[in-house]
Amino acid sequence: MSALTKAQVEAVAALANLELEPAEIELFARQLGDVLTHVEELKQVDTTGIAPTTSTSSPGGAATQGVEREDEVRPSLAIADVLANAPEREKARDGGFFKVPRIIG
Amino acid sequence: MSAPATISDLRKMSAVETCHAALDRILATASLNAFNTIDGDRALERAADIDRNRARYASAPLAGVPVAVKDNICTRGLKTTASSRILEHFIPPYDATVIERLHAAGAVVIGKTNCDEFAMGSSNENSAFGPAKNPWAVDRIPGGSSGGSAVAVAARMTPLAFGSDTGGSIRQPAAMCGVVGLKPTYGRVSRYGLLAFGSSLDQIGPFAHTVRDAAITLGVIAGADPADATSAPQKVDDYEAALTGDVKGLRVGVPSRMLAEGVDPEISRALLTALDTLRARGATVVDIDLPHAKYAISVYYLVATAEASSNLARYDGARYGLRSADADLGAMYMKSREAGFGAEVKRRIMLGTYVLSAGYYDAYYLKAQQVRTLIRRDYDQAFEAVDVVAMPTSPIPPFKIGEKVADPLQMYLADIFTVSANLAGLPAISVPCGFSSGCLPIGLQLTGRPFDERTLLQAADAYERDTEWWKQQPPIAG
Repeated sequence: MSALTKAQVEAVAALANLELEPAEIELFARQLGDVLTHVEELKQVDTTGIAPTTSTSSPGGAATQGVEREDEVRPSLAIADVLANAPEREKARDGGFFKVPRIIG
Repeated sequence: MSAPATISDLRKMSAVETCHAALDRILATASLNAFNTIDGDRALERAADIDRNRARYASAPLAGVPVAVKDNICTRGLKTTASSRILEHFIPPYDATVIERLHAAGAVVIGKTNCDEFAMGSSNENSAFGPAKNPWAVDRIPGGSSGGSAVAVAARMTPLAFGSDTGGSIRQPAAMCGVVGLKPTYGRVSRYGLLAFGSSLDQIGPFAHTVRDAAITLGVIAGADPADATSAPQKVDDYEAALTGDVKGLRVGVPSRMLAEGVDPEISRALLTALDTLRARGATVVDIDLPHAKYAISVYYLVATAEASSNLARYDGARYGLRSADADLGAMYMKSREAGFGAEVKRRIMLGTYVLSAGYYDAYYLKAQQVRTLIRRDYDQAFEAVDVVAMPTSPIPPFKIGEKVADPLQMYLADIFTVSANLAGLPAISVPCGFSSGCLPIGLQLTGRPFDERTLLQAADAYERDTEWWKQQPPIAG
């Protein structure tokens, strides 16, 4: 694979919620193309019937089986502490909330 | 040449004096840019508390030992930026589990170290706050991504530091700075409070001057944690007790075919000399084959970026971190991320998003996970015949800052010897094994069986006993 097209880079950027500068689109088109060309080497490997490894936690490579605990109430972080890092927040009687631009018109 | 102070030396000293000495040293070597944030006042308070309550800390393994923590591990009330603009002012409301365990063991957290942004990089040049510098040659990279932690130990600011290792980010900077760096088995150490990068790969581990200090520290931070479902229930061993110096009959595997090309000749020679040292202690060296290891870079950069693109979706300017104001929610997300992330992070999010997107998933992501299985099987097979695998940690010595910035692929390719331990979930350690003619450190990497850190540390310690590389002091630390 050679460089990605500008349209491909823009489509991926939209999926990734990134608003790239024109210079970045051009740069990434080439650099992502370089990496994707390199990984083409994996086509040489016969993987017929080979299970994918999603986790090394188990011998077979599948993700860990469900980890469970009793469903009991435990202390969690105070709302004020959680909101302390918020770019915008609103105080309210039940502790307050994160504030973002209006979603529903 | 004077040997660095170790944990056993420091536990006998006044915590406050040790803490003052560390803070002075950090100031004196500030040009290395190893720290993003220094927490001097609280560190001194904590040290004073330990000195006042020595009886209570009598059996605490790290009583009064100052430690540096990579800036992607959450510390309550202390800025945790991941060396990113998007988290430049983020102050976590909780401690990572490793931080809680360090506090319980009497360690004194002294500050947060520089790293590649979100741990993405092999040179520390991707930090939003400028690169950390190699104390052996300040115009060169310290390695990455946990560069600042490696520098903090190498330049003798703190005797211990912590990093995260997703594809070599502890071992490679340890090698390049001439210190010990340990990546434990996947699941051995809780990642609760580690800012996630590649969740099937990430692991936290220590930097130290000696294998013994790394072993003691692993004992402190290892073990299951209800807050991290991927932390493993396996018993935590007495790692220090494993350091007997006896490696008679130990079988050391060397994948010689894989090492035939692309390794700096001085690094190849250092590896051969290290193998002779192990042989002289009674180990046998066995040739092994890891036929799929040559594909590890491709597999790694597909799996790690895919996982990263998902993990980093949370940085959207809504709940914490940088926000670029916009009346439209979608535009606010996009502008915040564009302004907050650096080039390498965006590049990896883009690559990961691409390989997970409809139509490409099977060809890239699924294929990579299948080859990952084959890489893992190679190791399973090798470990039937050997107890540890030896390789160089990095095929190249630390390069000049700026030299490889324009070509990310070339930088990725240099991770060839470190990424497979993450893909296979294995424990691996880098120990100093020599210097280049230009006086740049070289690291020996040993890889072990899953959850067999005992054998790994035993072998590394035995090697260290017959060498004095770890005692060398970089010019800036003089």
